[in-house]
Order: sequence, then structure tokens, then C-alpha cells
Amino acid sequence: MSFQVLVFYSFAAVLIFSALMVVTSKHSVKAALFLVLSFAAASGIWMLLEAEFLAISLIVVYVGAVMVLLLFVVMMLDVDYAALRQGFVSKLPVAAIVACGFFILLYSFINQGVFSDDRYQAPPPKPADYSNVKELGRVLYTEYLIAFETAAVILLVAIIAAIALTFRGRRSRKSQNIQKQLSANKQNRLKVLDIKPVIRQKSDESRPEEEHSKDSNLDSAESEATKSEKAESKSTGSDSSKGKPA
Amino acid sequence: MSEIDLLAWGETLFFIVLKIVAILLPLILAVAYTTYAERKIIGYMQLRVGPNRVGPRGWLQPISDVIKLIMKEIVVPKGSSKSLFVVAPVLFIGPSFAAWAVIPFDAGVVLADIDAGLLYILAMTSIAVYGVIIAGWASNSKYAFLGAMRSAAQIVSYELAMGFALVGVLMCAQSMNLGEIVLAQSGGFFQWYWLPLFPLLVVYWISGVAETNRAPFDMAEGESEIVAGFHVEYAGMAFSLFFLAEYANMILISFLTALLFFGGWLSPFEGYGWLDSATNWIPGTVWLLLKSGFFLFGLIWIRATFPRFRYDQIMRLGWKIFIPVTLVWISIVAIWIKLNWWPFNN
Repeated sequence: MSFQVLVFYSFAAVLIFSALMVVTSKHSVKAALFLVLSFAAASGIWMLLEAEFLAISLIVVYVGAVMVLLLFVVMMLDVDYAALRQGFVSKLPVAAIVACGFFILLYSFINQGVFSDDRYQAPPPKPADYSNVKELGRVLYTEYLIAFETAAVILLVAIIAAIALTFRGRRSRKSQNIQKQLSANKQNRLKVLDIKPVIRQKSDESRPEEEHSKDSNLDSAESEATKSEKAESKSTGSDSSKGKPA
Repeated sequence: MSEIDLLAWGETLFFIVLKIVAILLPLILAVAYTTYAERKIIGYMQLRVGPNRVGPRGWLQPISDVIKLIMKEIVVPKGSSKSLFVVAPVLFIGPSFAAWAVIPFDAGVVLADIDAGLLYILAMTSIAVYGVIIAGWASNSKYAFLGAMRSAAQIVSYELAMGFALVGVLMCAQSMNLGEIVLAQSGGFFQWYWLPLFPLLVVYWISGVAETNRAPFDMAEGESEIVAGFHVEYAGMAFSLFFLAEYANMILISFLTALLFFGGWLSPFEGYGWLDSATNWIPGTVWLLLKSGFFLFGLIWIRATFPRFRYDQIMRLGWKIFIPVTLVWISIVAIWIKLNWWPFNN
């Protein structure tokens, strides 16, 4: 067993395990994260096929962008997991039949030798200066140019459709006029008023007065208890006074 | 498998681990002293002294910070998803260290000399988003979740502009290998890509600041609104992993700017007669460190200078300004290269 075979089997094991966990995981966020892991494992296997450009773009596109957006949605959803798991037993026979049928189909297909070793020979090793990226670019932009550009146009249509679907019209938008915000400057935001200073006369005498008022504050704080008592008695008094006519 | 096979494996493994340690140890030390440098620089910019108590002139401050963080308890909040809560910091720091595998420090001095180096770095930075999202979600706290949402949206949008800026570089260099990109810039200060790709440099640099969630793009942390964003529930070593990764990313962005736009390890005096021969003895790594040190200082400088952006302003800048600018400049560069004009005429 060479090193590459070992790497292949470990990535394949991770891929199968995480793919199983995507289906069986109880929590949708964890399922989405296992899907990410399975993408990463698949990328590792592609790397072994010497398709490093495709392997890394799988990570950049699917792991880095698509799954992040999917995770956003899944995290925001308020899923009632108990309701989801209801009726598991009653639907089990149908699901089992479908699964068995699919498995038989797959098995017979593989057994025919569609994916056998002699059909898919290992490609001849590439020279050291062979650049995967350059070859892919050359083929995409010459032989398959029309197909490539068509795919791009379809994606553009999808973008426009997505915007058209979520566009809620002018009235409900709370968009900001950025141009207006940026053109704001000191002249039209700030106004310097010329306020005449208030000159106090007899500034020396104001001091003791302040002290006196402070003292009175302290006094009031001390006498707060008595005040509140008074207030209570007052309120009861008023109550009683109110109660008298009744 | 034979015994010789195992021995050979063991030997390769040992040397790879040795190389990894040789990259990561200085990196972690650099991270520790970047935090010190940041506090000192911002301190002086705000007419303060900065940390000056631990050791002479505060030199041991980062060490004491590390000890403090290690001694602290890691608190796992009640109601959080425990396994994901623990995995998140690892997922954040793993890619930010892994990206260093393809960074060349001098001609041929690189851990993994792969052909798709630039793409690999993009892939690694995009995986790091998961650390942020999972941390925000697993904490089961609304502030953490809001921070994670903000940060993930910001990273995904600025990655586009960053990727387009990198497309310009690889068009000029005709390669995605970082070492070859540097070598394609050889021939002196004015042959470096900062000149023909100036708009892309500006876009790349600002997107780099935004990608690392640094001020003025630190909406994800936003202390004034959402406390500390996605890592608000983390304490001790778990928090310090986020911290470490953020600073490692800062250093990575500075290195990449130096490598992609400022000739990496090449001397700025190349082809200037006596100046070239007088500075010939300086090893390339020193130039690379000087250049990236300058950009690292720039990141700190930016943080000390600009107020925080508003969230809709960040999104507008990324989508409506940067992406059109990069698209236009990529087409201009394509024509430029086709016409064989200077500096693409060799």
C-alpha cells in the first residue's frame, strides 16, 4: 500500500462518514456542517487526481461561498425538530422500499463494470512543468467557449431573477442617499452661535449660598424618612377624607 | 509495506514537521510582539505611553498576557452547542496557520511549492469564515450571533473584490505560484506590480483590512453595539486562539501585499549601479520582512486613525465600488498585456 492509497482511503472514509452524518444528523446546522466536511474530503480526493485547480475551487466556491449562505439560512430558520420527526415509523416502509430499490439499481449498475479499473485507466503521469490551470483555461476559452459563455449568461439570468424576486419596490425601501451623506460638510451642518456670556454679579456671595443650599439638601435627605412618614400620613389622611363622603 | 518505506515516510514527516515548526514558532512570537507593538504605537499616536510596567519598557508585556490567558478558565456557556463551541476557535486558527504553507520567504524557501498557491490562500481564508459563524451560532447568544452574521457577510463580500485583485496579479505574472509571481517582478522598484496594478493594490489592501475584521471594518466586534461580536462568550485560551488567528491573518495580509505587489524578497535597488552592489549582501528575507513590517505598521496606523464604518457603508464600498473598479482594471490590464506595453514587454 503506497502513501497515496492510504491518503485516498482516509479521505474516502471521511467522505462516506460525513455524507452519512448529513442524512442522519439530528440538527440541521450540524448536517450542513457535515456537508461542508464532505466537500472538503471530496476536494482532497480530487487533489489526489492531480486536479488541484478544481479541488481548490471546490473549496473556494462551495465551502467558502455557497455553504456559508446555506448556513445563514439554516441558522435563521426556526425549525421544530419534534414535528419533523413525527410519523417516522409510519413512513418507514415506503422509505425502505425506495432505498432498497435505489441500492439494487446502483449495485447492478456498478456490477456491470461501468466503473471498472480497465475502463478508467490511470492517466499517464504529467511532466513537471505541466500546469493544470493553464490547460483548463485554454480548453475552456477555445474548444468549449460557447458552452462556457452560455453557462455564464444563465448564471447572470439567475442573478437578475433573484434580485427581481426580492425587489420590494420603491416605497418600502429605507435606502439612504449616500451622495447626500458624503457631501455633508461643516458649513451646512454646524452653526456657530455667538452667545453672550452670562456675567454674574456679586460672584463672591454666590458661594456661601451654594453651600447653604447643599446643607439644606443634606437636611432634606436626613429628614426624608420623616417626610415620607408625613406623606403617608397625609395620603391616609386624604384617603380618610375621601372615604368620609362615601 | 516494507521497513524501508516506513523509514522514508518517517524521515519526510520529520522534516515537514520541522519546517512547520520553523515557520509557526517565529509566527507566534511575531503575533505576540505585534500586539505589543500595536498597543505601543496606538499609545504614542494618542499621546499615551502604552504598556511600560512589565519588564524594561514593557518588553515582557506579551509574555505576561499569554500567562494570564492560559491561567484563565474556559467557560462554556449553558445552552451552547458544546462540541461546536470548542471546534470553532480551532477552525478559525487552523486555516490562518495553514495558509503560511505556500508563503515563500526567499527564492525557493517555501514549505509547499505548489502551482496553485494563490488559489490555496483564497481557499484557506474562505474556510476561516466557518470559525466565525460556528462560534457565533454555538455560543447561543444574540450578540455573538449578530457579530457572526456581520462578519461572515463582510468576509464573503470582500473576498470577491480580493479575488478579482488577485486575478490581476496572476494575469501579469502568468502564474499562480507565489514564488514565480515574485520572480516575474524582478528588475527594480518600477517593475514591481504596485505601479501597473495600483487600483488593484488599493482594493486588495483595503479588502485585506476588511477580511481581517480590523478597524475601521471591525463591525463584527463593534464593542459599542454588540459588545465583542462573535467571540463574546469565549474566555481564556479559547479567546486567545481567535486573537492569535486575527493577528496571524494581519501578518499574512502584510506578507501577501509585499509578495504580490512589492516584489517580495527582491531588493528595491535592483539595477541601480552602485546602490545595487552596495546592498547586494542583504539577504532577500530581510527585504521581505522590512516590506511586510511596513504594511503591518500601516494596519495599526489605520486602526488608530479612522472611525468605524457603518454597516451599509461597508457593503456599499465592497459591492458597488471595489468590484466594479477591479473588473474595469482587469480588462485594462488584459489589453495592456496584449499590446506588449511597458512593463509587460519582456
